[in-house]
Amino acid sequence: MSTSTQQPSTGSDAPVSAPPPGGHRTLPTWVTWAVFAAAAVVAAGIALVTSWNIVLFVIYTVVLGTVANYVLSRAVEGHRKATDRLVTCLVGCAFGIALVPLLSLVYEVVRRGAERFDGEFFSASLVGVIGEGGGAYHALMGTLIITLLTTLISVPIGLMTAIYLVEYGTGRLKKSITFLVDVMTGIPSIVAGLFAYALFVLVFGPGVRLGIMGAVALSVLMIPVVVRSCEEVLKLVPNELREAAYALGVPKWRTILKVVIPTSIAGLGTGITLAIARVVGETAPLLITVGITNAMNFNAFDGRMATLPVYAYYQLTQPGVPPQFAIDRAWTAALLLIILVMALNVVARLISRFFAPKTGR
Amino acid sequence: MTTTSAPPANPRPKRRPGDRIFAGSAKGAGILILLILAGVAIFLVTESFPALTAPAEDVPGGEGLASYIGPLIFGTLMAATIALLVATPLAVAIALFITYYAPRRIAAGLGYLIDLLAAVPSIVYGFWGIAWFAPRLVPFYQWLEENLGFIPLFAGPASATGRTMLTIGLVLAVMILPIISAISREVFSQVPSLHREAALALGATRWEMIKMAVLPYGKSGIIGGAMLGLGRALGETMAVAIILSGSAAGITWALISSANPQTIAANIALQFPESTGLAVNTLIASGLALFVITLLVNMLARWVVNRRADFSGAN
Repeated sequence: MSTSTQQPSTGSDAPVSAPPPGGHRTLPTWVTWAVFAAAAVVAAGIALVTSWNIVLFVIYTVVLGTVANYVLSRAVEGHRKATDRLVTCLVGCAFGIALVPLLSLVYEVVRRGAERFDGEFFSASLVGVIGEGGGAYHALMGTLIITLLTTLISVPIGLMTAIYLVEYGTGRLKKSITFLVDVMTGIPSIVAGLFAYALFVLVFGPGVRLGIMGAVALSVLMIPVVVRSCEEVLKLVPNELREAAYALGVPKWRTILKVVIPTSIAGLGTGITLAIARVVGETAPLLITVGITNAMNFNAFDGRMATLPVYAYYQLTQPGVPPQFAIDRAWTAALLLIILVMALNVVARLISRFFAPKTGR
Repeated sequence: MTTTSAPPANPRPKRRPGDRIFAGSAKGAGILILLILAGVAIFLVTESFPALTAPAEDVPGGEGLASYIGPLIFGTLMAATIALLVATPLAVAIALFITYYAPRRIAAGLGYLIDLLAAVPSIVYGFWGIAWFAPRLVPFYQWLEENLGFIPLFAGPASATGRTMLTIGLVLAVMILPIISAISREVFSQVPSLHREAALALGATRWEMIKMAVLPYGKSGIIGGAMLGLGRALGETMAVAIILSGSAAGITWALISSANPQTIAANIALQFPESTGLAVNTLIASGLALFVITLLVNMLARWVVNRRADFSGAN
C-alpha cells in the first residue's frame, strides 16, 4: 500500500505524485505560489480601482490568496488537506505580521535619528542650549556610569546566588530562592524605582534624587536575570570535572573558582552581557529616582544625573519652543539606545563564540 | 571480604576556613535576594501608609484612595487584556511557524529576529507608537466608528491622533509577543518526537499532527507564557506614558476615543516627578497595588509552568 504522506517535521512540501489513497489528487507545490501571484494581480486591480495603498494591496493579496488556496485545495484534495493549507497560510501570516512592527520601528528610528547623529551630539551637553544644537554627552555618560554601578552591584550578588543554587543549595531554601527569583523577574520596572525611592527617602528625606538610587533600582531588575542565566550555565558544567578536582584533594571553593567558573566563563559572560542589555534601556525607574539635568554630573552620589532614556523621554514630551530641535535630539537618543542594546547583544554572541571552552582534543 | 587497609578513622571531610567563607557568602547572597523582595514589599507599604490613612479629601482627586486607584486599575487591566487577546494567538502561531513550518536552516535565525523585539527598550516602542503606529490607525478607527459604532467598545468620537486604549493594547501586544512566543517555542520543541511521528504515521496532516500531539502537550506552557506576558503588560510604563492620551475619564469601555483611563504604571511615571507630600505617598500606594497584582499573576504563571516541568520527561 503506497501512502502519500508529507515529510515528517519541517521542510518544503515534496511534490507527491503517488496514486491518491482516498480518491483525492494532490496539488503540486507550484500551485500555491501561482495562486498567490494571481491573487496579487487581482488585488492590484482592486487597489488601483479604489485607492492605491500598499497596505491594502498586501492585505488583499494575502486574504484572496489564502481563500483561493483553501477553496482550490478543498475541491481537489479534500477538506483535511485544505485545512492544513489554510493553517500553513495563517501561521506564515502571523510571522509576517510580527515582522511589520520590527522593520517599521527600526526604519523609523534610524530615519529620524540620523538627523542629529553628529559629533556635537556626542560631545556637548544641554547647558545653555535653546533650540538648535546641544547634545547628549552628559546623558550618555550618566547611562554608562549608572549601568556600571548596577553591574557592580548585581553581578556579585547574582553570581554568588547562582553558585549557591547550583553548588550548595538544598531543600526548602533553594526551592524558595528559585521560586522568588522567578517571581522577581516579573517585578514591574516602575515598582523597582518606587522601592529604591522609598528606601532612600528613609535616609535622605523626601524629594531625594541620586544616581546611586537608579543603580539600586536597576539592580532589583538585573539580579534575577543574572541569577537565572548564570544558574543555567553553571548547571552545564560536567560533574566529572568537579569530581576530578575533589579527587585531587582540591577544596570545594577552589574547585568552584578554578574549575567550574573558568569552564563556564563564556556562558557567564554572555548571560551577564544580556542582563546589562536588559537594563540599559530601562526608563521608568530612572525617571523617578535619578531625574534629569541639563548639566554634566558624573558623581552618582550627588544630585540628579541625566541618563539617555530619560533624556529621550523629556526631549520628546517637553521639547520647548521651537520643538523640532529637541524632538530630533530625542530620536537620536532613541537610535543611540537601540544601537547600545544591539551592540550588547552582538557582544554577548561574540563572547559565547570566542570564549567557549575548547572541546576538541 | 575486603582485607585491605582499615577505613580512615575520620570519614568526615575537613572543613577549611576558605570553604566556610565561600559557602557562607554564597548562601548570604541567596538570602539577600529574599530580603530584597521582602524589602520591596515592606518599603512600599511603609511609604504608602500615609496615603492609606489620610482623610479622603486630601488624596489627589479629593474623593479618597479607592476612587483614585480604581480607574487606574481598570485602565491597567483593560490595556493588558487587549494585549493578551491579540498577542497570544499570534505568538503561538509564530512559535509553530518557527518550530514546525520554517525550513530548519533558517528557523534559528527567524527565532532570533522575533527575540529582537524583546530587546528593544520600551521607551523606543513609545516613540514608534506615537510617531508611526498611532497615526496609521486613525483611518481604521474612523472606519470602526462609522460601521461598528453601535458597539459600546467602538463608540465615538474616534480619536484624531490615534492615541487610544486600543492603540496601547496593540503596542503592548507587540511588546509581549516575544515573551509568549519564546516560551511556547521552548515547549513545542520539547514535544516527544514519538508523539509527532505517531500522529504522522497515522496519516495526519501537519496541522492535525499539531492539533493532536503538539498543542495538548504544550497547553500549560502556552498558558504560563501568556501569563508571564500579562505580567509584563501590566507593569509596562514608558510606552503607555508616551502614547496614551490619558485623561481623567474614569471607567469607560470606549476603546477608540481620546478619553481613556490611564494605567497605574504610566500614571506614576507622569505624576511622580512633579509630586510632593501626600501625592507621592498616593502614587506609591498605587504602585503597591500594581506590585500585588503582578506578583499574583507571576506566581500563578510560574506555578503553571513549573507544574508542567515536574511532569514532563523532557527535563
